[in-house]
Amino acid sequence: MHGFANPKRFLTLASLLTPLLLVGGLLVSAAALYWGLFHVPPDRLMGETVRILFLHVPAAWLGMGGWSAIAIASLVFLVWRHPLAALAARAAAVPGLVFTVICLATGSIWGRPTWGTWWVWDGRLTSMLVLAFLYLAYIALAQAAEREGVSARIPAIFGLLGAINIPIINRSVVWWNSLHQPPSITMGKSAIDGEFLAPLLVAVLGFSLVFGGVVLARMRALLADIQAEARLRRRAMESA
Amino acid sequence: MNALKPKHQRLVLVVLALVALVGAGLLAAYALRNQASYFYLPEQMLADPPEVGQAVRLGGMVEEGSLHTAADGITLTFAVTGNDGSRVPVRFSGIAPDLFVEGSGVVAEGRLGADGTFVADNLLAKHDENYVPRELQEMEQHQAAKMAEETTVGLE
Repeated sequence: MHGFANPKRFLTLASLLTPLLLVGGLLVSAAALYWGLFHVPPDRLMGETVRILFLHVPAAWLGMGGWSAIAIASLVFLVWRHPLAALAARAAAVPGLVFTVICLATGSIWGRPTWGTWWVWDGRLTSMLVLAFLYLAYIALAQAAEREGVSARIPAIFGLLGAINIPIINRSVVWWNSLHQPPSITMGKSAIDGEFLAPLLVAVLGFSLVFGGVVLARMRALLADIQAEARLRRRAMESA
Repeated sequence: MNALKPKHQRLVLVVLALVALVGAGLLAAYALRNQASYFYLPEQMLADPPEVGQAVRLGGMVEEGSLHTAADGITLTFAVTGNDGSRVPVRFSGIAPDLFVEGSGVVAEGRLGADGTFVADNLLAKHDENYVPRELQEMEQHQAAKMAEETTVGLE
């Protein structure tokens, strides 16, 4: 495991995996969405609007998964001081935010025809909106820490603190009466019919591959930034 | 006693801080149970009624057979039932969402009247966690028996 903490070895592996994950993920996602949008029967109550499920649910899971990744990488960085872990946490923030925003937007569009409202301040919707704000704060903090030369430990601590929101989002529909329905998929059980479940799981796989590809690509970009800066500094030292 | 390596010291500290934080957060969220709820269930509304005229929400299932449309065509009356069978009558004038039907979930926004009837200004339909294709449900109702008959014929 420690072998991957070596940036050079990481870069070799990442440059191989990035296009693989991105292209594979896009193909799988496109296939899942085509399946879900055109080849799945309408729902008994919601009719055709059920198709937004295939975008909304994977986006919601990855929005939460993104922050879980930030929290785990932050823990690794704080304890083992692996610089790559700090980069991984920073790299997961933007795709995590994008998926959270997709989840909020599609949920709102879905809520209008099914519930009769674009937005309500119930536990699930509010905690998910809080997650989007946490991402914004984390991105701003990580950028400020880098620019001001402050220790990367500060965004890492924030990444860990923010993780408290993830179980709250997950439990919000169980603890509190909410307009959002309780979970359809719980440990080993699904209230979603197989005809909907199959394309949903394929979409989750495809979106996850894209997520992984984007994180690797962003980590490589961040590493390249650091290397370019180091090279400039060295050149400035030599010419002085 | 051996001194902990700095790495392990950090691990213990971070994990302890994390456990304390998660514990505190979850306890706080759990304690918010009543305040953070989006609506009253009928049993909660009957046991601890909100002030008459105070804006609240009532949520539950639309009782089967209770939905009636008044002569004016837009006033609906129905009963919302809770988990233990307690019920609150509701009156609403306006356009109900498509998913609003008997036997499904509803959240009514409005206020409790002095006579115990909940007067709603707005209805929100609540979807349950089940997703079933339309064909399959129709098949269940109309053709399942027939299909079972056909398949068992060959076996005999």
